[in-house]
Amino acid sequence: MGDMSLEQVSASYMDVLKEIGNIGAGNAMTALSQMLQCKVDMKVPQVKLLEFNEVGALMGGEEQVMVGIYLAVEGDITGSIMFLVEKSSAKHLVNKVMMGYGVSEGDDFNEMEMSAMKEVSNIITGAYLNSLSTLTNLVIYPSPPDLAMDMAGAILSVPAIEFGIIGDNLLLIQSQFYDEVEIDGYFILIPDLESYGKILSSLGIM
Amino acid sequence: MSEIIKVGMADLKVCSSPDGLTTLGLGSCVGIALRDPILKLGGLAHIMLPDSTAIRGGASNVPKFADTGIEELVRQMEALGAKRSRMTAKLAGGATMFATQSKSNLVKIGERNVEASKQKLAELKIPILSEDTGNTYGRTVIFYPETGEYVIRAVGKEQTVI
Repeated sequence: MGDMSLEQVSASYMDVLKEIGNIGAGNAMTALSQMLQCKVDMKVPQVKLLEFNEVGALMGGEEQVMVGIYLAVEGDITGSIMFLVEKSSAKHLVNKVMMGYGVSEGDDFNEMEMSAMKEVSNIITGAYLNSLSTLTNLVIYPSPPDLAMDMAGAILSVPAIEFGIIGDNLLLIQSQFYDEVEIDGYFILIPDLESYGKILSSLGIM
Repeated sequence: MSEIIKVGMADLKVCSSPDGLTTLGLGSCVGIALRDPILKLGGLAHIMLPDSTAIRGGASNVPKFADTGIEELVRQMEALGAKRSRMTAKLAGGATMFATQSKSNLVKIGERNVEASKQKLAELKIPILSEDTGNTYGRTVIFYPETGEYVIRAVGKEQTVI
């Protein structure tokens, strides 16, 4: 199968991604709930195909400070995956994981908290990729996670540029989950163009 | 009352004094500010990728690329009476947000965006007065054609003017 644009891909891909997103996010929440040893609820994830300009607004403005985790993906498909969460939500998550030990005051993250955040993200994205791998029977290896804490617009420029090579839109999965507080998390899965076809055909769609 | 006009990602706008132009959260993208000091007319382009010719069928979105974006910005300013021979430029952005952006076509994309912008400006003989590029953090920029001031804000850093 040849290359295709994101718009051509997206009609059938959207439904598939919604389903993968649902299962992936579900798995991620189960993993998270085990780690936190508490119940974590989630809403049905929403899959959105957005223009570059709309993305920042969705997350509370381009200047909203977010924690972004970025991993490269290799194996049968190549590309990258990003997980974004608002800074105060991230702090809450980290606080939970560390059970209050070594937690710093205020909004900033110390080294220990950074490391805990990477671990949380590793588990979330790992569970997500695992379900993608199981569903598609494709071998998928993630690279170690890389973390950035910055304005939403700046972090999103990375996936936007990757999508920018093939089109003018960005595909994003918004999943809301909560324990005591509501946490808005965003997954952005960015397969290379040739990997779209592989995902779809392995699911028997093309 | 003056107004600050927002420029989105892969977007460009032109305005004249006393209005200003802003783009929020520049990451690996580059914000190119051009100014005609006589007319106090300015333009701001928020480009994402270095080269429109490297992308198959890519040139449809003009402001997305450094080469086509800068050309179009100059064209729009000239349409309002600006002279290219008087124009000056300032650059911001082109950060590396993640250390492991390992995909081959995206290695050092921020740096390459800055490089391509400089090359295009040199080709058009527009001098670069100042820049705040590279590093690992995002920037919000505001450009005032009145004074030529290019204000740069970053998370946890003092505001600077270049």
